[in-house]
Amino acid sequence: MESIKDNVVKVAEAEMPIDEQLIIRKHRIEPAVSGDDLSRICVVTGIHGDELEGQFVCYEIARRILREPELLCGIVDIYPAMNPIGIDSIRRGIPAFDLDMNRIFPGNRDGDMNEYMASEILKDCAGADLCLDIHASNIFLTEIPQIRINELHKDVLIPFAKDSNMDLVWVHGNSTVLESTFAYSLNSLNVPTLVIEMGVGMRITREYGNQMTDGIFYLMKKLGIWKGDVGSVRNPVIAYDQKGTDVYYLNAPISGVYIKECEHGSMVEKGQRIGCIIDPLAGRELCPIEAPGDGWLFTTREYPVVEAGSLMGRILKKEVCVR
Amino acid sequence: MREEVLYRIKAIYRDDFRVRGFLFGEGEESICIIGSMRGNEYQQIYTCSRLIGLLKKLEEKGRIKEGKQILVIPCANPYSMNTKKRFWTIDNTDINRMFPGYNEGETTQRIADGIFQQIMGYRYGVQMTSFYMSGNFVPQIRMMKTGRENVELAKSFGMPYVVLHNPRPFDTATLNYNWQIWETDAFSLYTTSTSSIDKASASQACAAILNFMSKQDVINYRGYEGYISRVVETSDFLSLRAEHSGFFESRVRAGAHVAAGEELAVITDPYTAEVRQQITSPIDGIIAFLHDETLAFQNTAMIKLIADED
Repeated sequence: MESIKDNVVKVAEAEMPIDEQLIIRKHRIEPAVSGDDLSRICVVTGIHGDELEGQFVCYEIARRILREPELLCGIVDIYPAMNPIGIDSIRRGIPAFDLDMNRIFPGNRDGDMNEYMASEILKDCAGADLCLDIHASNIFLTEIPQIRINELHKDVLIPFAKDSNMDLVWVHGNSTVLESTFAYSLNSLNVPTLVIEMGVGMRITREYGNQMTDGIFYLMKKLGIWKGDVGSVRNPVIAYDQKGTDVYYLNAPISGVYIKECEHGSMVEKGQRIGCIIDPLAGRELCPIEAPGDGWLFTTREYPVVEAGSLMGRILKKEVCVR
Repeated sequence: MREEVLYRIKAIYRDDFRVRGFLFGEGEESICIIGSMRGNEYQQIYTCSRLIGLLKKLEEKGRIKEGKQILVIPCANPYSMNTKKRFWTIDNTDINRMFPGYNEGETTQRIADGIFQQIMGYRYGVQMTSFYMSGNFVPQIRMMKTGRENVELAKSFGMPYVVLHNPRPFDTATLNYNWQIWETDAFSLYTTSTSSIDKASASQACAAILNFMSKQDVINYRGYEGYISRVVETSDFLSLRAEHSGFFESRVRAGAHVAAGEELAVITDPYTAEVRQQITSPIDGIIAFLHDETLAFQNTAMIKLIADED
């Protein structure tokens, strides 16, 4: 007899104009004999169609569970594609609407197609014991594996974040605009929801995917969803940055092509060259980019073309890099 | 008329990004009108161009009141217009979600800051804007309920409707919201269209702005008095949604009066042309919003109605 039930389930569906259904699916894996008291974890990704790091995580979680199904003792819901058409057409937002899906939550069952889908997703995740919303920065920046937490929810979320095997937990100030995100909405429904940022858009970094998956199994064990061995997790730096003063932002002073010179994730010193902006037409260096202070280079620019204001990196100040 | 470049960014290969302003009169910063902020807002830039022509003539006739200055910014985003992209050319961010801006932030935050620093001191602000959904509108003045909105002042445009709505979280980063917070009396002016030019609607908008300026003692002008505006809230709009996706065929135009039971549109099967849904009006009222694209997506509002007054 099988020890688990393993099904792909439809979460929400809408009709597209020309012979196509928009379907959001999840992969539910649960013990064959389920009870009402089983803990449940939701792993969600693909709200932005150009962020693919979570794809490997979704695969890897299922692969490890299906390899040792007898060790599963709770419910695992994996949502690999919240914005399926965006992923399939390499578009960050919702195609045809040019809308950022992470600005329409909590959605509206009686609203337009996108609001309806958002409300159905939220309804499906409601009641879970933990949710992880995996992002991958964007096509411009690479991030070390990190958790972002709104200060309003820090007391509930930091204990989970510490056990997630990430390198950094960044607690940031509240912003009204962020109240339309999936994570904010789900946290408001009392489902602890961690936002993960790691890697870069349009790519998969297998090392980060494995790191995240290890963290998810550790959390699953803590929640009583997994009874296998999980090893230990990394001790992350926790930056309590509610006032927005713990991080140096490296914005391009001028337009040009950015050449990075410093390894992502390294400790840098004040005045150290991080990179430079060049003018290929004139064959000149336009501007060196130097660290404004000592710290940890946790974000670096991946896409070389910059314009005045483009973000080229972030440095967490040394004095707050305390594990 | 004086022309000024209000904000500039040097690009690596493209010509400079410039936000250009047209100034009339001198003295107190009385009223600022800003046109397109997104790359498909052709009607908004066109309306401003018509307004600039009218103000130029009024100035030549000495009809800008002494001590009053008017600023018109027809386009805050030439880069996106020239590439036919609604949002910012590189990162797809929306300048109208970046206010009040930040001069040390990312590019669109800097643009928003560069513009806002120039216009935040104006007593009145009018933004020609567009809706996030593609469609045509009954001409209206739209205001967010921030607690600072001045409805009586909005009526002095003489537009058919003054529409009030409660700000949603993302509205707090719009120009209109921030203008109000910084104590400018701010109004969003919706003409009929966005990505196509409607000359009659542009003329109506220009006349409404001149009417407003005249009543606020900014210009010496006697012309169109306009409508006695009806004040409605967005929650009063009745949305008629697509029960099925398909091709959308409208039978009416935005602003038309319709009767209960009247056919307003149909949604057809793109393969067989069979009618999937007939959209009829449940009430007597005005078409406040009309979807203007061929494709209809399920659950999406195709038409919004304002019911007749009792």
